[in-house]
Amino acid sequence: MSTNNEYYIPHKATWPIVGTGGLMIMLAGFANYLNGSSIGSGMMMLGLSIFIVMLGGWFTLQATESEAGMYNKGVGISYRMGMMWFIFSEIMFFAVFFGTLWYTRNLSVPWLADEITGSTLWPNFEDVWPTNGPGNRGGDYEPMGAFGLPLLNTLLLLSSGVTCTWAHHGLLEKNRDQLIKGLAATVGLGFLFVACQALEYHEAYVDMGLTLGSGIYGSTFFMLTGFHGLHVCIGAIILSVVLFRSWKGHFTPENHFAFEAAAWYWHFVDVVWLGLFIFVYLM
Amino acid sequence: MSAVASEHEHTDDHHDHGPAKGWMRWIVTTNHKDIGSMYLIFALIMFFVGGTMALIIRAELFEPGMQFVEPQFFNSMTTMHALVMVFGAVMPAFVGFANWMIPMMIGAPDMALPRMNNMSFWMLVAGILMLASTLFMEGGAPASGWTLYPPLVLQTGDALPFAVFSVHLLGISSIMGAINIIATILNMRAPKMSLMQMPLFVWTWLITGFLLIAIMPVFAGAVTMLLTDRFFETSFFDAAGGGDPVLYQHIFWFFGHPEVYVMILPTFGIASTIIPVFARKPLFGYSSMVYATASIAFLSFIVWAHHMFTVGMPISGELFFMYATMIIAVPTGVKIFNWTATMWKGAMTFEAPMLFSIAFVVLFTLGGFTGLMMSIAPVDFQYHDTYFIVAHFHYTLVPASVFILMAGGYFWIPKWTGKMYDERLARLHFWLSAISVNILFFPQHFLGLAGMPRRIPDYATQFSDWNMVSSIGAFIFGFSQLMFVYIVIKTIKGKDCADATDEVWEDAAKHGLEWTLPSPVPYHTFATPPEKIPTEHF
Ligand code: HEM
Ligand SMILES: [Cu+2]
Repeated sequence: MSTNNEYYIPHKATWPIVGTGGLMIMLAGFANYLNGSSIGSGMMMLGLSIFIVMLGGWFTLQATESEAGMYNKGVGISYRMGMMWFIFSEIMFFAVFFGTLWYTRNLSVPWLADEITGSTLWPNFEDVWPTNGPGNRGGDYEPMGAFGLPLLNTLLLLSSGVTCTWAHHGLLEKNRDQLIKGLAATVGLGFLFVACQALEYHEAYVDMGLTLGSGIYGSTFFMLTGFHGLHVCIGAIILSVVLFRSWKGHFTPENHFAFEAAAWYWHFVDVVWLGLFIFVYLM
Repeated sequence: MSAVASEHEHTDDHHDHGPAKGWMRWIVTTNHKDIGSMYLIFALIMFFVGGTMALIIRAELFEPGMQFVEPQFFNSMTTMHALVMVFGAVMPAFVGFANWMIPMMIGAPDMALPRMNNMSFWMLVAGILMLASTLFMEGGAPASGWTLYPPLVLQTGDALPFAVFSVHLLGISSIMGAINIIATILNMRAPKMSLMQMPLFVWTWLITGFLLIAIMPVFAGAVTMLLTDRFFETSFFDAAGGGDPVLYQHIFWFFGHPEVYVMILPTFGIASTIIPVFARKPLFGYSSMVYATASIAFLSFIVWAHHMFTVGMPISGELFFMYATMIIAVPTGVKIFNWTATMWKGAMTFEAPMLFSIAFVVLFTLGGFTGLMMSIAPVDFQYHDTYFIVAHFHYTLVPASVFILMAGGYFWIPKWTGKMYDERLARLHFWLSAISVNILFFPQHFLGLAGMPRRIPDYATQFSDWNMVSSIGAFIFGFSQLMFVYIVIKTIKGKDCADATDEVWEDAAKHGLEWTLPSPVPYHTFATPPEKIPTEHF
């Protein structure tokens, strides 16, 4: 029998296998879809649904156990370490795409235009950024400016970081009202960001001729901002769950791992955006 | 307090119960020993799947000309052999050892995140299933080599997205596994055990875990770009759009070089655990071992382009990567000398784990030396993409990583099962393996130096003799490994096997906490942390 001083070791986990199955069906479905098979999209939806059910079930289980006081300090430290290293892996994932942007801008595009390659293969290609390459991939396009929606989005995300911290203070000072308001504002700002980004993408595709196919500029632009947008969505959904739990009365100043994890994740997403704003939009 | 306890009664989790009944036990288990066993058994199966592919390759190369398979299928075999061995056999085997041994070595009741531990294993199975499924697809399995270089890999048939997603699943599995191991080591140690008192296997896994978390997302990013280049019109690796296929190589090897250390650092850890026990001496230079491991891990991030000397790099790049690579030989040499010094004047006995470990020290050194030869950029222009490379990395992987996996298996199986394995057969297994592995790989050095390219199904006739020798070695080596399966099954059944003592090996309890536990080891261990920490290992 577990007591509060003991490290809680669960037995019989059923959600992991459900989640694995869901993810596998979803990815196999996606692969089939890409290969033009008709069962692809159905499989994808099935897998995704299983995965979502798993997330709901697993998080409910964790929340129930946490509220029942089954997690001692040691368990909390393990969870925090887990989250920190997970965020580190995410940083490395983004680093790949930032690295790609750096490499193409500073190395491969100049090489394509230098006197060796350029004069023999593509005499008219110049080393400028943005570029869609010597093959003019995707046709003419207009690059995305920094001031306008992107700047607005920067402000939105930065203020959401502030509201998130404000909510944390509310939690620590046992001010539930402030906690809920702060979280609600954070979630709201997050989804607003996603909406603005959708608008930005719409403009790019419809009015500016800028697509994922617009050479290396379009590729890096949409991959970086797209993966970031996906992470904002995930972060906002996690924060919504935390908001719901706060409203249900969960969390104490001592015991609120879920809140902390969500907040760390949110700040990580925030910092990535700053990097994007500087390296993708401004420079 | 009592409210908490009664709340707990309602869930089906009781702290002191044994394994669940029936086959569901294996699907839902969160026990580190169960999960460790599953990883090890899975890895052993994959070792034979990958091995079968290798024998198909060696059968085709037995003689010049095309005998058994189509060239496309041959190339699929080299690709799948490598991917299955790396991601399905060697890595999971080390995770299996980590699961089994780390909690027992540090006096912890289990892994830090037991549910996630279960998920890591099933994600691995999912990833490998997805990879294996590509063998049966329109256009065949990927045939680009395990490095998946574009533009070639983009010509893969239906298999491409499946291969990409399998890398994603394997990546998720590895990252979750690594996070779990790091959290366990940092958070679950017996309070009396400081970091610098941890057994070296634990240390090497701590560092390996860090490597994994840093590199698996990088590989995931690279293959994601392959996917979008093929299906979503991006131009990451397409010069016409301003991209660069060489960029893929940089990203891949930023992952790939630390990846080879993921397979060798835990090898070092197990060797450093076994050698002192059979030399009946403390490990020589414990702290230098720790620092050498950390330096190797750090350096592994700044040497990646030694795989790309011939690709066309600025001369400053060639020089940087050449010198950085050479520096790795220094901490690696520290380790070799430490193992040798540990054996020096020791009261050695030569049971199977020790035999495999000594062979490891000798043969890994050989692989390290060829690595050093190839690190010399101008000279690598000759070696690159020849059988010399194949010889190099097989010396670092087979008589090193795989031998140490065998050594670890023999070393700990008495603790796991409570029975001694058949020492006579195990030594026979060793001698067959150690001799045949050299017949298999040593001639490949000559072939490479003479200019035989790697990844080809046919070759010029002057290469015939050594290829034939190599293939003969391959078949002896491959079939010798069946002995391992036989010995393991025999030990698990335990009918004609002697009982193992708690300590198993003479005075082993001085070397590690795992030997203070009963044999066979109970389902739950160290519910309360141990009071005394053995100190002989450092
Ligand atoms: C002293 C240490 C080492 C040095 C200096 C070294 C150096 C090198 C170099 C320069 C290459 C590229 C050769 C070429 O493609 O032209 C290479 C390839 C390789 N090395 Fe090592 N290496 C060392 C240790 C290891 C270890 C410990 C492992 C694995 C456990 C390993 C696995 C590999 C593999 C798998 C390849 C071939 C990759 C491929 O092209 O498919 N190496 N090594
Ligand atoms: Cu390397």
